[in-house]
Amino acid sequence: MIEFHLDTRSGVSPYLQVVHQVRQALRLGFLREGDQLPTVKDVVARLAINPNTVLKAYKELEHAGLVAARPGIGTFVTKTFSDPSLAAHGPLRQDLRRWLAKARRAGLDDESIEALFRDSFRSASSEGVA
Amino acid sequence: MTAVLEASGLGKRYGRRWALAECTLAIPPGHVVGLVGPNGAGKTTLLQLAVGLLVPTSGTIEVLGARPAESSAQLGRVGYVAQEAPTYAGLSVADHLHFGAWLNPGWDNHMAEHRIEQLGLDPNQRARKLSGGQRAQLALTLAIAKRPELLILDEPVASLDPLARREFLRDLMQAVAEHDLSVVLSSHLVADLERVCDYLIVLCASRVQVTGEVEELLATHHRLTGARRDPSTLPAGQEVVEASHTDVQSTLLVRSDTPILDPSWDVEQVSMEDLVLAYMSQANNAERGRQSSLSALR
Repeated sequence: MIEFHLDTRSGVSPYLQVVHQVRQALRLGFLREGDQLPTVKDVVARLAINPNTVLKAYKELEHAGLVAARPGIGTFVTKTFSDPSLAAHGPLRQDLRRWLAKARRAGLDDESIEALFRDSFRSASSEGVA
Repeated sequence: MTAVLEASGLGKRYGRRWALAECTLAIPPGHVVGLVGPNGAGKTTLLQLAVGLLVPTSGTIEVLGARPAESSAQLGRVGYVAQEAPTYAGLSVADHLHFGAWLNPGWDNHMAEHRIEQLGLDPNQRARKLSGGQRAQLALTLAIAKRPELLILDEPVASLDPLARREFLRDLMQAVAEHDLSVVLSSHLVADLERVCDYLIVLCASRVQVTGEVEELLATHHRLTGARRDPSTLPAGQEVVEASHTDVQSTLLVRSDTPILDPSWDVEQVSMEDLVLAYMSQANNAERGRQSSLSALR
């Protein structure tokens, strides 16, 4: 069973945070097929959030085919994520490290690196080449 | 579906001052509605109109499809906890429950007793000896145990410490999960509402500034930062809620149903707090504008 947490400063809506956390747990293998998600009541009791928020998040996950609700019992994971791109992570991470080292040698600090990355990411996405 | 609260041109005047003016709203059922605004904005007036404690000066209001407090059946459908969670200081916790059972035909005594037990309250304790948090919880218990369709709470957590606040809101949300309630609660603190509300009414200077589903409001408001620019040059459909400028930079909070694609802007999401504060300062500026034009006329 996983536990949800909420970051109210992030500007991301609570319902999306729940969705992201389930997806993240699936991606990292914390959740596998057959595992139960916390019941709506449990989540409400833990986070003091609106039950509609949890229901909405679970519905969206259901819609995406990741979980299924069994009425009266709970919501269960129906899919184990096997990410085919996982194998590519290693080499990509190495490239990134090399690039980071290069950026540091050029005198960029953390903030400049982040800003540069975000800016390039955004312009690449908007050109549709990312 | 019948709106839980529907107002049209609703207003309440005290002497020459309008405590609430031109209020038009339709809130669909099944939401936890946050009514937010500074002190003196008209929140309590709106809630008291909704429960029938006040009579409108103008316009109409319907709650669950009927006039507020028009019949005892209508009274039974709405639970109301006034500001400061009033209880009877000299009566015990158990007395309060007896009182509730006696006054409310739909009273769920099992649930009331269960909640009191869960809260760890001594049934023989007099209300004056309860802490602020316990008193608020007792008042909430009474309001929920009458099994209303709509629960109206006026500043329910304003006087509570952070832990009691959290516990109160958690219990309220559990009641929503279990009993299919609609809730309207007011607060002057957005932080209290962020977790629990999925519908928002921003009330400021006696007027409703913005209203809608939180999700939708957050998705249609954006903060734009970029080189200084006259807001009137924005494309149609982008409504500026708040603008500030330095000599080189402009920061705007904009409402737009379509995504902002102009690459010269740095676009960020806004939080519920940003959104509420932007509408409040817009209302304050408008109010100041009205007052200065009035004094110019004199």
